[in-house]
Amino acid sequence: MIGEIALYSFIVLLATGVFLTLYFVPSGQDVVYHGVYAPLDGQTVSAAFKSTVDLSFIVRGGLLMRQMHHWAANIFVGSIVVHMLRVFFTGGFRRPRELNWFIGVTLMILAIMNGFLGYSIPDDLVSGTGIRIAYSILESIPFVGSYLATLLFGGVFPGNGSIIPRFYVLHVLILPLIIFGLLGAHLGLLVKQKHTQFKGNGAREDNVVGAPLWPTFMIKTTGFLFLTTAVSILLGAFVQINPIWLYGPYIPFHVSYAVQPDWYMGWLDGALRVMPSWEIHLPGHMVPNAFFPSVLLPGITFNIMMAWPWIEAKFTGDNVEHHILDRPSQRPVRTAIGASVLAFYFVLFGASATDVLANYLSVSLNVVLLSFRVLCVVVPLVVYPVTYKICTEMSHTRGAGKRKRYNIIVRGEDGGYSAITAEEYPGYGREVLEPIDVDSVDLSNVMSGPEPKSTDGVYQIPRDYR
Amino acid sequence: MSNHHGHDGTKDANVSTDAPQFEVLAKNPRRVEKAAALTFFVSLLAFAGFGAAFWQNADNEILGGTLGVGFLGFGAAMVIWGKYLTPRGPFEEERALMEVTRDAHDKLVADFVVRGRVAFGRRGFLGAMLAASGAVFGIVALFPLVRSLGPLPKKSFYQTKWRRGSYLSTVDGRRLRAADLLPGSLATVFPEDDLGGALSQTVLIRVQESGNVVTMPGRESWGPEGYVAYSKVCTHAGCPVGLYEQLTKQLLCPCHQSLFEVTKGAIPIFGPAPRPLPQLPLYVDGSGYLRAQSGYDEPVGPGFWERGGTT
Repeated sequence: MIGEIALYSFIVLLATGVFLTLYFVPSGQDVVYHGVYAPLDGQTVSAAFKSTVDLSFIVRGGLLMRQMHHWAANIFVGSIVVHMLRVFFTGGFRRPRELNWFIGVTLMILAIMNGFLGYSIPDDLVSGTGIRIAYSILESIPFVGSYLATLLFGGVFPGNGSIIPRFYVLHVLILPLIIFGLLGAHLGLLVKQKHTQFKGNGAREDNVVGAPLWPTFMIKTTGFLFLTTAVSILLGAFVQINPIWLYGPYIPFHVSYAVQPDWYMGWLDGALRVMPSWEIHLPGHMVPNAFFPSVLLPGITFNIMMAWPWIEAKFTGDNVEHHILDRPSQRPVRTAIGASVLAFYFVLFGASATDVLANYLSVSLNVVLLSFRVLCVVVPLVVYPVTYKICTEMSHTRGAGKRKRYNIIVRGEDGGYSAITAEEYPGYGREVLEPIDVDSVDLSNVMSGPEPKSTDGVYQIPRDYR
Repeated sequence: MSNHHGHDGTKDANVSTDAPQFEVLAKNPRRVEKAAALTFFVSLLAFAGFGAAFWQNADNEILGGTLGVGFLGFGAAMVIWGKYLTPRGPFEEERALMEVTRDAHDKLVADFVVRGRVAFGRRGFLGAMLAASGAVFGIVALFPLVRSLGPLPKKSFYQTKWRRGSYLSTVDGRRLRAADLLPGSLATVFPEDDLGGALSQTVLIRVQESGNVVTMPGRESWGPEGYVAYSKVCTHAGCPVGLYEQLTKQLLCPCHQSLFEVTKGAIPIFGPAPRPLPQLPLYVDGSGYLRAQSGYDEPVGPGFWERGGTT
């Protein structure tokens, strides 16, 4: 369901994006602005900036389309992240879905990158500062950094004016094409492997229980497409986003207060802020400060994320197929690791607002920054054991985390009252398990492989039963 | 276990549609249908309204409001339809395990090897030629990267346009004199041949009324008549170090809040910036103009691999 939101916001992005390409001019060429927005009249701006302002003020429905596009991008990345968290915490990535998890993580990275490219191309003061920082991050990579930066920008910053058209072609063609292809593979694998399911209601490893694709899902999901679009439209209509005419055009020696990227880049900005002022100095070479928070940290995180299914299988030794999802409380270690890493990134996200927080709380910037440096170490260390404890407590407590069910009070023929527990979902019949004579059950067609081990008269079913 | 295959049954071809899972979820389908129809009708009106609003070039709120309500109504009606007026289920389907059996796997590998051997066995020379030709193309294909995509960095990271004798000019080309700034104020200056240059941008501050400002041993003559000049490009991530605090004589970078001590060679005293801002040595010429004694003695801006670990 959350994955559907991601898919449909991508469709909204394609539709609104095509509209925007009809009017946007991807060029860093200087032009003098004479248009309907009086405060900018007579200013030298880039053609990209001018066309974005014109798109917002002159083109019919242009502002709506632009704001929809920007909102849909935020929804796109947001729903991908939430979808991924759901899959992670319920173990939906386990065999046979490792590859699809890998594709999913790749899609998330591409979505974040394309979001960054998209909000960069209007060439306004805020996003221009972001491009400047992106250049510094590229430049910080050991061995190849200065080459990467000059080749991408067409020279030392700000380059020869080719960065806007290059970001544009990446944003509207190359990355969407890769996303489109991977999305096809993601959905193709989903169709082939079928959806995972939670325990209960007769769900087993070798069946699929639920609403059929036709007609129930098709009708509902079409409704979902329209609802996702509706949310983007209403946000685009009533909630202003990225009013670049207020920021002004990018001028390399201008900068404004409270320069924050879009939320999905916030952790990166926060990491750049909380990083202590360390660098590595080698004879004749150096590893710059920005490398650690902005290249090494995401590099390690994303690689571990991609490899997670295999890493986990290595530690648990669990290599059999799973189609039944875990409850997060059943897997305390995984859940605690996930929660801890998530908490770390939340703290980094918060750290991207140090200046705003200092202003808002009227405390010194130093206090805010130092607190965040402490928090990004302490919070994950606290979250891990707390999550672990909650999980183990929940899985040892009967009924914890389960859906509450009503008791129906019934009056019997004899005039007395008795309580019947209601069905979990209305209309879903409960399986009533009848006691059976264990000795009469022939287990030979249920299990192959090693004989069940018996200790103290308890049968232990081997893990890899078929 | 037996009731699984008994009562659910899409796989059961002659299953009766009287089975309970074919009933709709709604207790009163007629009423739900009416509600959904009404919702569709609202969306129809809203779409028509959007058409009128677009025709008339209405405000963003009206355009988006009508279109949004249209989509909202359409979507809501579909969801109501899908949830309450379709077979309530649950339905069950078989799921084949994905696991490839050992035999099938071995057979696939064997086929692959056998067919492949016919094509590639004893064709070592052909393979070598393929590899050689491919390798040459592969290398040549990298040429555009370094020949046309952009100039190689070479020395461009080390130099700015500041030279011995460069006038300190504002962005509109006005040369600054020593008398132009009041103590405590600042200006962004450029060499005249790079006005507005992203790397040459330099922040000129008059920290005191008169006298040489000595920010560090060895820089005794760099700050005449109370002036100092530093590169405006932050040594952390390259943002313009734009905020000057008069009282504490500190420069703050608004991007990641690095703080530089202006009277002490712009050493970073807070935040992530790892190195001081490079200082531009100044002098005042006979006509009172502020000029540079030389260019910067180190690369400006953030670090890079070849920079070396100076200061």
